[in-house]
Amino acid sequence: MWSWVGHRITGVGIFFFLLVHVLDTSLVRVSPEAYNAVIGAYKHPIMIAGEIGLVGAIVFHAFNGLRIILVDFWKQGTRYHKQMLYVVLVLWLVTMVAFSARHLMLFIGGE
Amino acid sequence: MTAAPNSEAILPAQGIEAPRSGKVDPKYLRKGSSRGNFEMVTWVFMRVSGVALVVLIFVHLYTNLMVGQGIHQIDFAFVAGKWANPVWQFWDLTMLWLAMLHGTNGMRTIVNDYAEKDTTRMWLKSILYVSTTVIIILGTMVIFTFEPCLVDDSGQLLEHAPSFCQNVVN
Ligand code: HEM
Repeated sequence: MWSWVGHRITGVGIFFFLLVHVLDTSLVRVSPEAYNAVIGAYKHPIMIAGEIGLVGAIVFHAFNGLRIILVDFWKQGTRYHKQMLYVVLVLWLVTMVAFSARHLMLFIGGE
Repeated sequence: MTAAPNSEAILPAQGIEAPRSGKVDPKYLRKGSSRGNFEMVTWVFMRVSGVALVVLIFVHLYTNLMVGQGIHQIDFAFVAGKWANPVWQFWDLTMLWLAMLHGTNGMRTIVNDYAEKDTTRMWLKSILYVSTTVIIILGTMVIFTFEPCLVDDSGQLLEHAPSFCQNVVN
């Protein structure tokens, strides 16, 4: 139940980000200045936190999506759906610790 | 029978035949409905595109944020460098289409779930489909018409043009 709520909320969040992300990338057709100015906003400390949140949402949606697919197609899927949720949460945590550490190190190191 | 983990989750119940196609009375088969098997096609599409998107998005995030200088390397020249390679053009194009169609179909499900009035549902889905069409066409055109070495009226390279343009222009 909660994994379904999480999957739905992250799906909607990622969708709206994708709309914005295609628009900001489109600025490469306007001019290098316009693109660099807008993409520069992603390098603000608040946005760095936002990026970690966004990647957290994507990674949860991705791993939980794979779990849904296994429940649907794997014979033992319904039997192990709960165990698979724990695997999703552990993999999410490991991925996010690694991503956040690297993202923050590169951010601080390159200032 | 020994208790299996999550035994309440074992389906179907023992002794009851699962409804396999062919064994089902034709009157229960949803054939001939005007929806055709559209919903089944989208259901499969959500799963196939989901698997592809894991690879597409994880590599996208890794190459853009986890290697080199990470977030600091993202600028016009970085994009120009990537799209000089047709593999990355194709990568981004596939990711754009699959993510937009997957996301739009997911949003369609959610609108169907929560918007109970016919007119509200119709409006929300119209806005959704128009936005999706605009974004897919815009994104596709940007990838294919991208010009890395833009010049001004006098033929001078624009400021912030990637360094490899020096060899291309002049
Ligand atoms: C990273 C790889 C992804 C995987 C493995 C994945 C997997 C899934 C799966 C299996 C579903 C359930 C579909 C159903 O029940 O019929 C789903 C729903 C959804 N996905 Fe994804 N997806 C991924 C990426 C994305 C992206 C990039 C977006 C946004 C653009 C997105 C937005 C949605 C939405 C809005 C839903 C509907 C949620 C609901 O009905 O509760 N997904 N996804």
